[in-house]
Amino acid sequence: MAVERSPRADTGPRQDKGDAPSARPPRRPLSWAWVGVAPFFLFAILFLFLPSFSIFLRSFESLDHTFTFQNILDIFQKSDIRNAYKLSLQVSAVTAIGGAFFGFLLAYAVCMGGMPKSARSFLLTFSGVASNFAGVPLAFAFVATMGNAGLVTRIIENLTGFDIHAGGFTIYNFWGLSIVYMYFQFPLMVLIMAPALDGLRREWREACENLGGTTFHYWRYVALPILMPTLLGTSILLFGNAFGAYATAYAFTGSFLNLVPIVIGAQIQGDVLYNPGLGNAMALGMIVIMSLSMLIYMWSQRRAARWVR
Amino acid sequence: MRRFPIWSWVWFLIGLSYFFIPLISTFEFSLRMIKGRYTLEAYRVAFQDPRFYQSFGYSLLWAVVTIIISLLLVVPTAYWVQLKLPKARPYVEFITLMPFVVPAVVLTFGLVRLYGRPPLILTTTPAALIVGYVVLSLPYMYRSVDSGLRAVDIRTLTEAAQSLGAGWGTILKDVIFPNLRVALLSGIFLTFAIVMGEFTFAALMGWPAFGPYIEEIGAMRAYTPQAVSVMSFLITWGSIMLIQWVGRGARGQQVQLGGAR
Repeated sequence: MAVERSPRADTGPRQDKGDAPSARPPRRPLSWAWVGVAPFFLFAILFLFLPSFSIFLRSFESLDHTFTFQNILDIFQKSDIRNAYKLSLQVSAVTAIGGAFFGFLLAYAVCMGGMPKSARSFLLTFSGVASNFAGVPLAFAFVATMGNAGLVTRIIENLTGFDIHAGGFTIYNFWGLSIVYMYFQFPLMVLIMAPALDGLRREWREACENLGGTTFHYWRYVALPILMPTLLGTSILLFGNAFGAYATAYAFTGSFLNLVPIVIGAQIQGDVLYNPGLGNAMALGMIVIMSLSMLIYMWSQRRAARWVR
Repeated sequence: MRRFPIWSWVWFLIGLSYFFIPLISTFEFSLRMIKGRYTLEAYRVAFQDPRFYQSFGYSLLWAVVTIIISLLLVVPTAYWVQLKLPKARPYVEFITLMPFVVPAVVLTFGLVRLYGRPPLILTTTPAALIVGYVVLSLPYMYRSVDSGLRAVDIRTLTEAAQSLGAGWGTILKDVIFPNLRVALLSGIFLTFAIVMGEFTFAALMGWPAFGPYIEEIGAMRAYTPQAVSVMSFLITWGSIMLIQWVGRGARGQQVQLGGAR
């Protein structure tokens, strides 16, 4: 997902002075070479940009097909929709921060914490699997773990005689869902942080020590500033990751939790909001939030690329 | 001698617990169908359901079609951009990142509303579903192919083939594809894992698939859904293992990051 360029890949027209003429793009303003990528762009226009644009247009359409800002205003004014956004933002923020923190500690432990090499490759392999293990099966895995008859629930009951579900406690709420989301959040952090930590050069630490710096100084003034764009960017990525998730939440809580994707999903199957324009406006709100997080991520990647080479 | 890295081990073990406890619990849960004993009864019941094979078969079909279309769309484009049109790279990369900006549920919403009415109706055929899956696969497919193309000097190889008189067909078939084998397989396996477990598109567009099937039996039965979840996990696990196995010792960065669903 990172948009970095490796130095080897610079195949810009400047570098190939000695190349065969056929391999050089003609210097006309709009060259025929664009025809080669036309199918790809056509696909993107038809199935990515047109649907997004139609969502944008219809967000401003009232029930009697006239132009209106009311749908956009409703997002902020109607309490159930505002709450859906609030809940989605909270789940995303909590699991992004939690996942980033825990993932960073794990990556640090296996990259720089003096662990054997095998621990590192094991963790990275498993993070690859876990970050892809999402959706319905993940939800059922956690039902089997901490649901009413789940393994952890029964072990706690056997050990302490205490049924965690007794006092009206349920896992099908905000915190339960956050625990489930964490399963694909922190492995993603591990996968992105590990290469970044490997990019910290030994010389930087030595330079810091030669200047009389302590470990604290090293982290405060050298390592953290270098890692900050990656840390921030990946946290934002995790945020978007949780914000757009639908299947996991749907299978885990049904429609108990009113997350934005759940409401949009219900709106697809039947006009539950009794206003098609409002459904479009909710979808537009999601695109806006995801775009913002993507922009911050890309910006931070550019910053990070200055150091991690 | 260094001190024993106790905190590293503590975090590592917590991480492993987070990974494994849900998996162990799911497996244990799936064995408990008959009271008081551990049996494979839930698996037997799962395998008896004809709809299990049906939905699995449909998902296989969607996966194969998605992979073919995604390859046809991404490989020539990435190759062309690398070779002739570096100017287009930022635009192509931007498009391949779009699935992170337009989540599956929003894309479904847009596709169903736009192509569910004239002039172009796609929702009555699986076309809209496949389109959604292809969009979903774009980031992974493109990143795999692109990093594969960067790892070998594609320009020199192409020119060498051209100077020996090869046509474009021969260049693609005998020069480019063999060099991209690892990258293509990574993209293929990852797309396969994603489509096999996908729920959002299939459920909301109303097409049979493995993901909605698991969700559906989850609402009806206990134990069998967990048994099927274990199988679904094994598919994901197997795909990632295959990616790492084909990519061992290969140059270029491997792509194995999925997104949330």
